[in-house]
Amino acid sequence: MTDHRLQNSVRQRHSLHPEDIVTLVIDGQQLTADPNDTLLTIAQAHNIHIPTLCFLEGISAYGGCRVCLVEVEGYGKLVPACLTHPAEGIIVRTQSPRVIEYRKKIVELLLSERNHICSVCVTNGHCELQQLASTLGITHIRYPGLFPSLAIDASNTRFIHDPNRCVLCSRCVRVCAEIEGAHTWDIIHRGIKSRVSADLNQPWKEAVTCTGCGKCVQACPTGALSEQGKAVGEMLKKRYTESTT
Amino acid sequence: MQTNAEAVDTPLDSALSKTKDPQYRMVNRIMCLHNYQPDALIETLHAAQDSFGCITLETMRYISHMLHLPLSRVYAVATFYHYFTLKPPGKHRCVLCMGTACYIAGAESIEKAITEKHHISPGETTSDGEISLLTARCLGSCGLAPAAIFDDKVMGQLTPKNVLKQLQDWRDHVADT
Repeated sequence: MTDHRLQNSVRQRHSLHPEDIVTLVIDGQQLTADPNDTLLTIAQAHNIHIPTLCFLEGISAYGGCRVCLVEVEGYGKLVPACLTHPAEGIIVRTQSPRVIEYRKKIVELLLSERNHICSVCVTNGHCELQQLASTLGITHIRYPGLFPSLAIDASNTRFIHDPNRCVLCSRCVRVCAEIEGAHTWDIIHRGIKSRVSADLNQPWKEAVTCTGCGKCVQACPTGALSEQGKAVGEMLKKRYTESTT
Repeated sequence: MQTNAEAVDTPLDSALSKTKDPQYRMVNRIMCLHNYQPDALIETLHAAQDSFGCITLETMRYISHMLHLPLSRVYAVATFYHYFTLKPPGKHRCVLCMGTACYIAGAESIEKAITEKHHISPGETTSDGEISLLTARCLGSCGLAPAAIFDDKVMGQLTPKNVLKQLQDWRDHVADT
């Protein structure tokens, strides 16, 4: 998948036939683009910001988070920018009131699904979900939270997997399968029961395919995968008391 | 023979021993028919479930080894589809119809009675491994409502009383003779 994408971008620069170029409008800007590119990469190339969550450059697009939804004139539904290729003459809006309303609802639904309590999260302040919510101006969640009680897997000596923070973006799954080539992670079960698990739903330590590279921890947008010793409960204030003797 | 027993510990030898295992005959046949393509995963899982009644971790390891698939992918597919079960089924199977007609005719009270008496909810098996309780959307026998399948026999006009009697007979091994 990565090779395919690389080839696309190379072809765009060197040998794209003029007939293959499409013109489109994104947020009022007239643009020309390679039809093999996605709306997201085209927008990014022209400094138009589309928020993303499950998208990560270098691994295949997944379209699972629906945060990058954009409105295309004439299409009934909103389409994910990370997977949609441009057609000739389409008019795309990334900041229309409808898109923003949908985006807010989607992020609120993501937040209501698990326990996203920032103040006690390892990644508080560096969290992509948190940034996304704050840029969208989400102060309240209109849906009742599920607050599941999922077991934390701290069996690995270096990393922790906390499914309570997981948004099922599958970045860890794809980075492990496509970059590391181990495919230790996958999403098991379906629907509301979906969860990321290692190998045959084993504790991380017992997953034989894991190479311990830590790419999944780097790819994780939230605090679901983190390094050992960084959790709030593990942080100790070093308080020096004066010795009386 | 001693070396053989030791060698079974490695995944390769464990797989080799299963290629000749008659229990795995159908599983091996399906994989062979599909030329050991990774795409044959679902068909192979079907064959495994038909052979063993459930898909064990051991079987999943073997299939993943033979089809060159990651363990996590095999587990993900096996848990995604409701048809596949990882838990061994009970000796007897009771499929309770929860379709509209059966539901109105009192399927819920039957389910409640079974749960109270045998401490199993749908999808579970009694601790002695005798009875598995399952539910179905509709059996297509709405005229018999409320209906259920006991092992392979469809029965209708059920009441909590006669359902509990049938299940008790199973537990007491009345029908086994």
